[in-house]
Amino acid sequence: MINSGSCSSLMEVDYDDDHSHEELHVLAVDDNLIDRKLVEKLLKISSCKVTTAENAIRALEYLDALTNNDLKVNLIITDYCMPGMTGFELLKKVKESSYLKEVPVVIMSSENIPTRVNKCLASGAQMFMQKPLKLSDVEKLINVIS
Amino acid sequence: MDTLIAQLQKQFRDYTISLYHQGFLDDQFTELKKMQDEFSPDFVAELVTLFFEDCEKLISNMARALDQTGNVDFKLVGSSVHQLKGSSSSVGAKRVKGLCVVFKECCDSQNYEGCVRCLQQVDVEYKSLKAKLQDLFNLEQQIVQAGGRIPQVDI
Repeated sequence: MINSGSCSSLMEVDYDDDHSHEELHVLAVDDNLIDRKLVEKLLKISSCKVTTAENAIRALEYLDALTNNDLKVNLIITDYCMPGMTGFELLKKVKESSYLKEVPVVIMSSENIPTRVNKCLASGAQMFMQKPLKLSDVEKLINVIS
Repeated sequence: MDTLIAQLQKQFRDYTISLYHQGFLDDQFTELKKMQDEFSPDFVAELVTLFFEDCEKLISNMARALDQTGNVDFKLVGSSVHQLKGSSSSVGAKRVKGLCVVFKECCDSQNYEGCVRCLQQVDVEYKSLKAKLQDLFNLEQQIVQAGGRIPQVDI
């Protein structure tokens, strides 16, 4: 739980204003640990602040917590195939939210199925990326955010 | 006369090339190396360590599922194979990934003998790769300890 800071010195909320205005905050969602580490590394190479979530529910909980503090991420990057709520369902939830809908969402998948790609783009995904991610994909991601 | 460093570097180069040529690694492993720098010199080693731990866990899950004679949950096995296929692809473990493709087909067609065979092969293959990468990392360490630089190998 995150408290919005009043006078308590025990619990400090980390406001983005304290950091460089250049630092972008990305939420990366993937149920695979190795893939989470990989996307985290790529984002850190491009000087992003990274938060990872292992499933869509945790991702939404985190986004809600940020929302309660008037905070947002600059980008959500999510795997398509996840148990429980899929990345596609997460995309739709984000786009349905009046507060979150302008946050760009990128979908990653190991399978480059045209119907899948089109479905995601049609539902508002900024981009569809093929796994495994490579160093050259970093540039594409930064272009999405900027 | 070749110095110790030069000899070690040559060994490293040759060994690396052989791992690619024999199909143990593919260019995703090269990509991982590109992401490594002086601030994260152990990135590749750490990631592959996680990968091998993941292999062990998933293989154990699959073995357990396949052990339920007469009541095998092929969907469960299939989802573990899917995970393994993803991780192996992300680290460049080419042979493991290739086996996962076949393994997935066996799961989808509920081919019990095929699954058992694939499981055995995957187990052998990941352990083999683990040993080879350990040798590779040992060579790197020897080079560094001898005061040399780890050469960049162009495949």
